[in-house]
Amino acid sequence: MPGFDFSNHNRNAALHAQGVPLPKATSTGTTIVGCLFNGGVVIAADTRATSGPIVADKNCEKLHYIAPQIWCAGAGTAADTEFTTAIISSNLELHALSTGRKPRVVTCMTMLKQHLFRYQGYIGAYLVVAGVDPTGAHLFTVHAHGSTDKLPYVTMGSGSLAAMSVFETQWKNDLTKDAAVKLCSDAIMAGIFNDLGSGSNVDVAIITEEKATLLRNFITPNVRQPKERNYRFQRGTTAILNEKLITREEISKYITVHELEDDNVTAAAETMDVDQ
Amino acid sequence: MASVFTGAPPQGGPGYSFKQTPTVALSGERQHSFYPYTDNGGSTLGISGADFTILAGDTRSTHGYNINTRYAPKLFKIGGEGPENKGSRIVLSVVGFAADGDALKERLDTIVKMYKYQHGKSITVAACAQRLSHILYNKRFFPYYVHAILGGIDEDGKGALYSYDPVGSYEREQCRAAGAAASLIMPFLDNQVNLKNQYEPGSGTGHDLQAKLAQPLPRKDVEDLVRDAFTSAVERHIEVGDGLQMMIITKDGIEETFTPLKKD
Amino acid sequence: MNHFPQAWGRPRDDVYGSYDHSHFQTNGPNQHTQSPIVTGTSVVAAKFKDGVVIAADNLASYGSLARFTDVKRLRKFNDQVVVGFGGDVSDMQYLDRLLLSLDIRENYSSTENPLNAKNLHTYLAKVMYKRRSDFNPLWNHLLIAGLDGEDKPFLASADLLGTTFSSPTLATGFGGHLAQPILRKLLPDEASVERVSEEQAVEVVKECMKVLFYRDARSMDKYSIAVIKKDGVELKEDEKLENQSWAFAERIRGYGTQTA
Repeated sequence: MPGFDFSNHNRNAALHAQGVPLPKATSTGTTIVGCLFNGGVVIAADTRATSGPIVADKNCEKLHYIAPQIWCAGAGTAADTEFTTAIISSNLELHALSTGRKPRVVTCMTMLKQHLFRYQGYIGAYLVVAGVDPTGAHLFTVHAHGSTDKLPYVTMGSGSLAAMSVFETQWKNDLTKDAAVKLCSDAIMAGIFNDLGSGSNVDVAIITEEKATLLRNFITPNVRQPKERNYRFQRGTTAILNEKLITREEISKYITVHELEDDNVTAAAETMDVDQ
Repeated sequence: MASVFTGAPPQGGPGYSFKQTPTVALSGERQHSFYPYTDNGGSTLGISGADFTILAGDTRSTHGYNINTRYAPKLFKIGGEGPENKGSRIVLSVVGFAADGDALKERLDTIVKMYKYQHGKSITVAACAQRLSHILYNKRFFPYYVHAILGGIDEDGKGALYSYDPVGSYEREQCRAAGAAASLIMPFLDNQVNLKNQYEPGSGTGHDLQAKLAQPLPRKDVEDLVRDAFTSAVERHIEVGDGLQMMIITKDGIEETFTPLKKD
Repeated sequence: MNHFPQAWGRPRDDVYGSYDHSHFQTNGPNQHTQSPIVTGTSVVAAKFKDGVVIAADNLASYGSLARFTDVKRLRKFNDQVVVGFGGDVSDMQYLDRLLLSLDIRENYSSTENPLNAKNLHTYLAKVMYKRRSDFNPLWNHLLIAGLDGEDKPFLASADLLGTTFSSPTLATGFGGHLAQPILRKLLPDEASVERVSEEQAVEVVKECMKVLFYRDARSMDKYSIAVIKKDGVELKEDEKLENQSWAFAERIRGYGTQTA
């Protein structure tokens, strides 16, 4: 049968009536900003991801790559900002390949707003889009419902007012690159210290005609102080309820096994902070 | 709400309408849109030792995603002399709705001071603890929205710690965490103070396993545990931070310390 | 002609529809303020080494309508206390009357030691907490600025729930989001109060009023500002925002693809 299918809506309503809550997403609290300067544009973000009042990630990346000279800061539902920017990045690359030109920021912004408008706000992505293309440096905001704005300085997320207080008191026309970086990082710091949804470090991305520079953890004003005590347990403190030995030969039937060089090298991509 | 605007005249009132609308009284309960509580975040914790009790709380007061102030104490001396509570040996910590917390503190403080005035001796922690339970239960159907912890030195000179639910159920314990980050701190305390889930290495397997036995910790260790609990809670809970207020109660008095915490 | 005298002079129900009599209900539950009607927006305040500065704009809004444009929301209590009101204006006027009666009583009863800011804050906080406990709140957020018993700067807040707190800088409503970050940069903690002069504090508070005017849709550019020091209160009620900057507006062209 042609047309829309609303059966999932009925299912969700029925589940909701039975008291099944909506799945909880990691997100929302964030401070992201952007600012144009003479010869380019800067965007910046804090690095806290929250799930309700709990900090889910202390050092996440909210600056997303779209194209070599177009970057995007995302607030809102973490997964939505991640996937929305990824799909537009992909489509923009294909577009650039088929036209044989560098992608433009307006194109990116239009694709984002049309994508988000189609989903009527249910994709909770709130974005600051910035970049430099052959027509110049550009800065936009895109809201989850699909509305856009074009301003010389912008802020978004739960810390947007704290950040805006900095722009409204210190912004001037024709800023230098360094002044714009300082202004943006000050705005993020205002969010970090005044908004509970924002915290940890400042990430900055600078885009000029020549190149884009990502300054990951540009400022780290919230380094954890060392613990007073050592929490290493003596071997054997944890009870062993049962044991099962799996030999390398056995497991090699299912997966590929690589030998580590020595005991000090860990296989994990990101090492965990453990008491020594 | 619809029933409010039926246009029906008051019950028993004059029916002066041209259509003589029926004189029916308003039926059903009226919905109040005013909610008399809020959550001011923050966390507290208490640990009792052999001859001391430590209470601690962060000093951040929140409202939603906003910080009201970076210094709002959650620990209060109870009893003692004058507005500074000099010579007091009992400390109350309250976390939850700050206005109720302040009201509760003032009620208990007044009662404890009146007790000394009337009986000519200071109240014992045990008696004070039970009185606090009664104050809370007295408002059973419009509760003080707080999680209280009371600390002091008992009649045998041992550290005493009592924790309460908002309507007055209470218990004497070795340690207790309350407030926003209670669920983060309490398991840490269970493991480090009461040595839960820790066994004597090499004591065997199955039924032979010997659980490590908890004994009262020295004061320095407890202070370090409290600081670690809070610096860790600050890392993972957005409503905890700014400062750490600690009160150490011994037979000689109450020592108060303040340690800065992260402000993000 | 209608025979019920109660109906004389009233709008006819068959023409205008029946009147909503629930307003005159006397045997139903008491009706309390369930939501504010005419409201004032932010109040901002900051301590400095010799006192406190406090400001609020002169607007009373009726929903999104800028209804009254000359409403003074700072009230001088005596020579060392000023109260700033955010929230419902009728409740503010009630509190104004309450404070007046308190002041008169105080002046008759005692000659020395007038009520200081700390005393007044305690009093107002208890009034607010009592009313919330009766489910009949005064829909306000108050800032009490002045000097305490030792002539030191005092600044504290009390809201409709009876919640109280104190800080070197305070701001109600929208100011809590927009003004506090600015104020906290100058006054991060209690120790910094000693290093801030009156001029600095007045300047930063004026800056906050400006940012609030830029970004708070329920604000206006006419405001009151008071400085409370040992030698008394200096209250100015007809200030106008100065040195506004709309430089950002020059280059705005559309919201997306438009370039000219």
